[in-house]
Amino acid sequence: MSSISRRKLIATGIVASSAVAAARIADRQGLLPPSFGGPFGPGEALTYGAQRLLTRHSLAREFRRDQISQPPHANGRPPKDEAFLRSQAIDFKDWRLAVDGLVARPASFSVEELRAMPSRSQITHLACEEGWSFIAEWTGVPLAAVLELAGPAPQAKYVMYFSFQRSWWDSVDMADALHPQTLVTYGMNGGSLPVGHGGPLRLRVPRQLGYKSVKYITRLTVTDSVKSFGKGMGSSAAEHGYSWYNGI
Amino acid sequence: MADAGYAPQVAGDVRQAAPRHSVTVRLTHWITALCFLLLLVTGVEILLSHPRFYWGETGNVRMQPLFTLPLPASRGSVPTGYGFVLSDQNGWSRSLHFQMAWLLVFAGLAYGIHGLTGGHFRKNLLPAASDFSRRPLLDSGPSSYNAVQRLTYLGVVFVLFPMMIWTGLGMSPAFVSAYPIAATAFGGQQSARTMHFFGTVLLVLFVLGHVAMVCRAGFLSRTLAMITGRARRAKEDS
Repeated sequence: MSSISRRKLIATGIVASSAVAAARIADRQGLLPPSFGGPFGPGEALTYGAQRLLTRHSLAREFRRDQISQPPHANGRPPKDEAFLRSQAIDFKDWRLAVDGLVARPASFSVEELRAMPSRSQITHLACEEGWSFIAEWTGVPLAAVLELAGPAPQAKYVMYFSFQRSWWDSVDMADALHPQTLVTYGMNGGSLPVGHGGPLRLRVPRQLGYKSVKYITRLTVTDSVKSFGKGMGSSAAEHGYSWYNGI
Repeated sequence: MADAGYAPQVAGDVRQAAPRHSVTVRLTHWITALCFLLLLVTGVEILLSHPRFYWGETGNVRMQPLFTLPLPASRGSVPTGYGFVLSDQNGWSRSLHFQMAWLLVFAGLAYGIHGLTGGHFRKNLLPAASDFSRRPLLDSGPSSYNAVQRLTYLGVVFVLFPMMIWTGLGMSPAFVSAYPIAATAFGGQQSARTMHFFGTVLLVLFVLGHVAMVCRAGFLSRTLAMITGRARRAKEDS
């Protein structure tokens, strides 16, 4: 073995083992996304890790009232199921949001009960990964407050959220779940949240792109791993080839 | 130069020819070429989900666009005038786009450090005063770049690529939450998206011009020089 190839071998070994060590440290620091792996794993891990380091406590920009888009653009069509229409006909009085998983006190809230909790309103940007966007005022209960009532376990790492539309579900890490701007949203621009925008309840995650803000939510599940949900990729979007983390 | 000891295993007088490109420049050149090609393809795929451009913070189909590209879209919700909708390629396109962007950033850092410490920027890209006075601007010498080429490379390296990264980050809701200036510097997130597109157009024009000039100067010799680092003499091109 020539000295050059030995040097190369040693260098490759050092690079490989430091990559493994870096990945282990990053995982312990919560800097690896659950979908780490696959051909786009390195890019996703770099984006998620870098953005977690830079944005752990940053707040999404809030806008002036005169910057609100008129009319707000609603994407997609509301559910046509009979059960949904029945609930809509009675103003979603029977709609429930369940909280379960790794919590001390599993709970379930009606829209009315959520409205009675301390609320937060914020004028933020909603951008779709397709390229379009709009600004609206969103009103709701911070997800952190809802979780607090249920008492999440210390080992909680993710909050899964499920839509009435069964093909839609997603999850956020605790940094986003406990972020003050992550809202269980029931109001928009001063009124109730229109069904076109996800009414009666939509989880708004303003530091990520639109598909992370799942409409018609019915259940929150606190968990330490996303592996047991669906294909274990953390979201329905990820199962369709879209990245789990979409802060970019 | 860093690769003074480099001896390519090719024949005769090629080995004696002057080194044209250092190993860092060659390596980062081809990584950049690969990244740019994939960023362009995936960028077009992403663009096809909404081939309309706006100025300011917001933009959607209910708003007046700044301009619309005459392309079909991969979403039925976008009015394009075409009677069909393309298939959705946005998922993998976005993932590959960002992965290649990361690779390009690393290649760019290596190139930048090499360019500053190894003298590449000073010797090969920064035009000397004599380039403007003694030689015609467009006269490309056999082993050096003329003033227009040097300024173009400098513009691509120090203006266009940083602008692409900046405007790309200006579209990221998480990044903008920490550094709002990424979006506000251009007047908003939709402006950043539009500038990202203009930057792409300029980069494509640069690549077309670059390849055209490589062909004019001798495609084989210039491409080999960027692979092996050695310049071949013109007579060997045939």
